[in-house]
Amino acid sequence: MIAFKTYTGIVAPLDRPNIDTDAIIPKQFLKSIKRTGFGLNLFDDWRYLDSADLVDAKKPRKLNPDFILNQSPYDKATILLARENFGCGSSREHAVWALIDFGFKAVIAPSFADIFYSNSFKNGFLPVKLDEKEIDKLFDEVDVNLGYQVEVNLLQQTVSSDSGDVFKFEIEKNLKERLVKGLDDIGLTLQMSEEIRAYEQARSNSAPWLFS
Amino acid sequence: MAGKTLYDKLWDDHVVHDFGDGSALIYIDRHLIHEVTSPQAFEGLKLAGRKPWRLSANLAVPDHNVPTVNREIIEDPISKLQLDTLDSNCKETGITKFDMFDPRQGIVHVMGPEQGASLPGMTIVCGDSHTSTNGALGAFAFGIGTSEVEHALATQTLVLKKAKNMLVRVNGALGKGVTAKDIVLAIIGEIGTAGGTGHTIEFAGDAIEALSMEGRMTICNMSIEAGARVGLVAVDQTTIDYVKGRPYSPIDENWDKAVEYWSSLKSDVDAHFDKVVEIDAATIEPQVTWGTSPEMVVSVTSTVPNPADIQDVVKREGMEKALKYMGLPAGQAISDITLDKVFIGSCTNSRIEDLREAAEVVKGKKIASNISLAMVVPGSGLVKQQAEEEGLDKLFLDAGFEWRDPGCSMCLGMNPDRLSEGERCASTSNRNFEGRQGQGGRTHLVSPAMAAAAAIAGHFVDVRQS
Ligand code: SF4
Repeated sequence: MIAFKTYTGIVAPLDRPNIDTDAIIPKQFLKSIKRTGFGLNLFDDWRYLDSADLVDAKKPRKLNPDFILNQSPYDKATILLARENFGCGSSREHAVWALIDFGFKAVIAPSFADIFYSNSFKNGFLPVKLDEKEIDKLFDEVDVNLGYQVEVNLLQQTVSSDSGDVFKFEIEKNLKERLVKGLDDIGLTLQMSEEIRAYEQARSNSAPWLFS
Repeated sequence: MAGKTLYDKLWDDHVVHDFGDGSALIYIDRHLIHEVTSPQAFEGLKLAGRKPWRLSANLAVPDHNVPTVNREIIEDPISKLQLDTLDSNCKETGITKFDMFDPRQGIVHVMGPEQGASLPGMTIVCGDSHTSTNGALGAFAFGIGTSEVEHALATQTLVLKKAKNMLVRVNGALGKGVTAKDIVLAIIGEIGTAGGTGHTIEFAGDAIEALSMEGRMTICNMSIEAGARVGLVAVDQTTIDYVKGRPYSPIDENWDKAVEYWSSLKSDVDAHFDKVVEIDAATIEPQVTWGTSPEMVVSVTSTVPNPADIQDVVKREGMEKALKYMGLPAGQAISDITLDKVFIGSCTNSRIEDLREAAEVVKGKKIASNISLAMVVPGSGLVKQQAEEEGLDKLFLDAGFEWRDPGCSMCLGMNPDRLSEGERCASTSNRNFEGRQGQGGRTHLVSPAMAAAAAIAGHFVDVRQS
């Protein structure tokens, strides 16, 4: 997995609460059996004026000029700014893959849906939780500064803006460590194989029906 | 020391290793698999040269992409590839799979409990957020992403952070014509779609205890729409009676042992909950969503709310966007909303009791002329068989409904069943997000009885009066 330490980039504001994973990557694109290529269809319903399916994925599309990611310099944004409950709805990890494939490295919001939050860490993608007030401030600043950038520093747990603001964010130690080191979750767990077998042994004595 | 909640007990019984920071390595008893979220997990497994840890813990079924008519030919080549990939992955690894022509095939969350593959006290995972459905059995069941699917396959465990405990108590008795679906929509209306975030919700109270297992499944199914990854109902006699005699259920002495253990699966009286919400069942009326989030819900006797009445700017703008998308004016009576399509199905409401409820309403009547399509999609092949034995298919067909083969169908329109731009649908599913049932489609979430009554009237009606 790719490690995440610190990253500076352009912030794209998406001023909506409850952005769900259906909106991030509509279901017609979930039919792929790969992890890549979803960036083209990130926010598909909002980003394009016409509709498409995976079958005709290569046809030229009509861009919606009003959508932020279609406007320069936000088409090169790498940090997304959004409102509360980001990533709610379906558990599809494709939502995280699509954000990464588009070029995003992190998303900043006041709160995230649980499954989206945990999916992010499995892919080296950082969800940053800031206070509502701090989020308001960032939205205000993005509004008046074209190409506004922030630095997201995972080691320091800070978001620092062009204008000199430094916002501190909380993150669980375990999650932070895995992301900073880019550790492979499965490899780590398999180091505990003995413990897993011991659990199975004990449990199959007390609850044999679970192992038949 | 305070007692334990049901969630605490389930958690403690599955800890393989405690990391000491609120997270633990949790053992997974059952892993259910479907075709959409598993291909990349199997691929990862293969690339790393790993094998499933315990084959018998896994059970696979295709549901999202399967056609609900003529399944011999799958026209969409990409759907077909996904279905074939599940096939070959299960063959290569040796995982049991019910194929499309097996009567046991169905929506994964309907199939699990129906087979007894989901049992009380288990940890159950699936790469699908509505795995929460299984919590109705008193199981710790939750949806996971594809990386976690791979992790569960490879290690039979997951690294989890323990959630907080939330109790939603629904006191008293429901009014006539009010169902489990109305309870859960009313709860989401009250606490919001993020109300349960970071929590496990236990549903309790007289109204929950009085529900059948199927009703409890409808409620736990939508706990994810209330923000909670896990929904739970304590084990009682209703649970045990439901589980008895199912294909994967324990038998003989194992059954007795299991029942003894299951009987302990309830929260202690002195257990501590971080959040408690109380709702009076008698105040719940049949619910209809009017917007693009499940929390945008009112009772059928009410009107579309007016954003101008809302102080909070973000919330107001959200409402305005939703109304624009839904093509509804503020203040319109819910009963004046006319419909184009009606969908009865999905993992929320496609079990036999749901179909009976809907059939009762349409019996001897015809769908309205403005309804271009009304369809019933049973949750599994076995539900379909049972309904046909009871003659429910005839009642639906005579009324003008289509009677389909089991699958997810128009709940998310990955197969050919979907809404066109601007079409309005009364749906018994669980998500009314923009484009969920088809791009530009407009979804109103309701109970099966309400959907059936709307099909007959052509617009929403109070099922208590129809
Ligand atoms: S019926 Fe709908 S919500 Fe349920 S598993 Fe299928 S697509 Fe998901």
